[in-house]
Amino acid sequence: MRARVVHIASNTFREAVRDRVLYNLIAFALLLSGAAILVGQISIDIEKLVVINLGLTAVSLFGVVIAIFIGIGLVSKEIEKRTLYTVLSRPVRRWEFIVGKFFGLAGTLVVNTFFMAIGVFAALFYVSHKFVRADALILVALYFIVLEFLIICSVALLFSSFSSPLLSAVFTFSLFVIGSFAEDLRGFAGMAHGFTRWLVTGAAYLLPNFSAFNIVSSIAHEQPVAAQLIWQNTLYAIFYATMALSGAVLIFEHRNLK
Amino acid sequence: MNAIEILGLEKTYLVGFWAKRPNRALHPLHLTVEEGEIFGFLGPNGAGKTTTLKLLMGLVFPTAGSARILGQEWTDPEVKAQIGFLPEQPYFYDHLTAHELLNYYAQLSGVPARERSRRVESTLHRVGLKDVHGVHLRKFSKGMLQRVGIAQAILHDPKLVFFDEPMSGLDPMGRREVRDLIEQLKHEGKTVFFSTHILSDAEALCDRVAIIHKGELRGIGAVEDLTSSVQGKVEVIWQGTQAPASMKALGAECHVTGDTVRAIISETQQDAAIDALRREGLRLIALTPVRTSLEAYFVEKLQHAETTAGRTT
Amino acid sequence: MNQRRKISIVAGACVVLSLAASALILRRTDQLRPQATAEDVLFLSSPKVLKRASLGYDGLLADIYWTRAVQYFGGRHHNNAQSYDLLFPLLEITTHLDPQLVPAYQFGASFLAPPPPNGAGQPDRAIQLMEYGIQNNPDDWKLYYDLGFVYYMNLKDYQKAAEAFAQGSKVPDAHPFMGVLAAQMAQHAGEFDTARMLWSASYENSQDKQIRANAIEHLRALRVDEDVTHLQQAVTRFGERTGRLPVSMSELVTAEGLQGIPVDPDGHPYKLTPEGRVELRVPDDFPFATKGLPPGFKPQPKFRSQDQ
Repeated sequence: MRARVVHIASNTFREAVRDRVLYNLIAFALLLSGAAILVGQISIDIEKLVVINLGLTAVSLFGVVIAIFIGIGLVSKEIEKRTLYTVLSRPVRRWEFIVGKFFGLAGTLVVNTFFMAIGVFAALFYVSHKFVRADALILVALYFIVLEFLIICSVALLFSSFSSPLLSAVFTFSLFVIGSFAEDLRGFAGMAHGFTRWLVTGAAYLLPNFSAFNIVSSIAHEQPVAAQLIWQNTLYAIFYATMALSGAVLIFEHRNLK
Repeated sequence: MNAIEILGLEKTYLVGFWAKRPNRALHPLHLTVEEGEIFGFLGPNGAGKTTTLKLLMGLVFPTAGSARILGQEWTDPEVKAQIGFLPEQPYFYDHLTAHELLNYYAQLSGVPARERSRRVESTLHRVGLKDVHGVHLRKFSKGMLQRVGIAQAILHDPKLVFFDEPMSGLDPMGRREVRDLIEQLKHEGKTVFFSTHILSDAEALCDRVAIIHKGELRGIGAVEDLTSSVQGKVEVIWQGTQAPASMKALGAECHVTGDTVRAIISETQQDAAIDALRREGLRLIALTPVRTSLEAYFVEKLQHAETTAGRTT
Repeated sequence: MNQRRKISIVAGACVVLSLAASALILRRTDQLRPQATAEDVLFLSSPKVLKRASLGYDGLLADIYWTRAVQYFGGRHHNNAQSYDLLFPLLEITTHLDPQLVPAYQFGASFLAPPPPNGAGQPDRAIQLMEYGIQNNPDDWKLYYDLGFVYYMNLKDYQKAAEAFAQGSKVPDAHPFMGVLAAQMAQHAGEFDTARMLWSASYENSQDKQIRANAIEHLRALRVDEDVTHLQQAVTRFGERTGRLPVSMSELVTAEGLQGIPVDPDGHPYKLTPEGRVELRVPDDFPFATKGLPPGFKPQPKFRSQDQ
């Protein structure tokens, strides 16, 4: 059983890695890191700040785009075209398919992030000529970005399990945007009354909340990150991804494949 | 043991956006396929053939009914290790090679690791795909993809194979090869269930056929029985360029083709015809019973269905 | 079918449990995160740049910043903050994005002007905001009201307050009391009735919970101030007549012919100390009271905010 999940995951990874779209996006992200160096030279004092801010934001945004493109492309497309028929006619459980896809995608994104991070660190070294202790914070920021990706992947799978590729992409991207403004949504909930309040509060917990993951601007100012935050963010990502994946499994289990 | 037992499987879809209307894709179907036979599932496009296959594969859930495959519940995932499925117009992963794809499928089907590459190689060879190392599936032609599809269906040596339109996309050579393959499979003791709308293929290959139309089973039986000489006519072929009077006297319609003449006469006049030819000194080439074709049976069944439904053709 | 049922149940349970778990973690993370830095909350400091960057979605962005402003103030106030540096920038951005968002101006008037911890202590900023609001909403009498309020309460500039109320009274559909207030400013500035009128008007004019709660506290405090003033005057009269201090509140009540033991708005009787001071039983319950407090008493404002 576990072996099948691993096979599906590695196949997904292989298929994703060979998709040319991936390389274009990575190249673009690296380009942006390079551009950060130029932008930073406008003001010597904030060179490092700009490299970190722009570089990490690029990693985050492009990663999300990749997650959506590849994720939707791999899963929704597989469901829409009939690749899936030949897989499911084998002793593969539907839930194994979903879980395997998830790990394959997650693995792809981790590898992606790794390469893009190298670009950021290279740019950083270029402007600072050395690494300081505080630069380790960048690793924490990258870790949080990867956690965000895990959540996005699980959401992409959730939508893919019942929706067309285009709609899945749109919904997933929307959730990413909403997730970034999640704190404001909770603020709205706090100001609402009665039934609306319940509804908005429920939505605020149901929708992903990335506010605790966005530490880019604070680590750019070299503010430390509490160890407990790392723990809690990890747990949140695990629970949220589990929820979305379970939802995907539940829906997919009952879907008639036309 | 029966290879397949379909016990009243039916599927009704709800179509329409607002007011859902029921669309019966498959009326309750009862069908049995014996082990070791080649079974043809025939019908025009949209008859419900693919629906039936999808139900059996667990891709679609039935509105009612059940089935047994190789003696087990059709929903049992373990039974899938012993079946192979070729869907209609298969599509695969663009960026993998045929070897990688088949290896992946072998993994999923539980083929032991040490056997995998050997099996993959031999299956590729068997379906006639040579020199495809390192070529991404993206670059395969339709015919090649069809062969890959067949390969993945038989790769793990299943006891029962389901083919949906196995000949589609293939040139005449390819079709011949697939026909031979299917016969080989039967010789290996496997059961083959394939659906098609090309009757000549079914006629040539199948032991038994079923005809389905608009979701309902219209006819079922052994090919031999269905195409037996119902009419009691024989066809006489002799060498010559003209129809002798004596043949015409027997009420035969003669057709000249090159240096042979063909005529259809009733069975009872068979001996008289042979005598006539001998007297004329004409050389008899062949004397064969006329069989109704599967096509005629097919058309008759469909028309019958239309009229019983009260519609005029 | 059995397998499908099993998997569905497991998956369904997972969905519910992990949702609950993630919600719990989220709440705990809230407590952990440091107060949002200026960059986080403002995102972009310049209102003009932000307006251009908002790509036409100013209304939505204004709403977002408005909620941030409210949350910012409420959260800090709950923790007795001594500064509210971001309140004005947030309100400035909000009103630049949506100049017709009247509640934002009202919020600014209520909470920019008073000194900490009840406000940002920036009455000049409050005036600036109100004037911007009036510029963009010349027909909204409520803004003139708020302007006058700030001049009266926080700057004690009764002349300017009168002008604001007078201008406001000329606006069509202005509330009748605008004219009354203008007149009162001229004559009775600083008196209990005027103050009471203003705080009642504040309460009625706003839907915002924090503004209303604030108004109620001030009204209660006014009551206390009034009561204590009158009681203290009674003690003085008693002293002048008898040449000594009353030994208890009951003696004072009987001697001066008061209507029963006087109680504060919470129903607790006022204390009379041996030194002849009239005091509240529970001074903490009246954060804005200026009389009836024990000597050296520093109020710990516990806002009766929307949380209770």
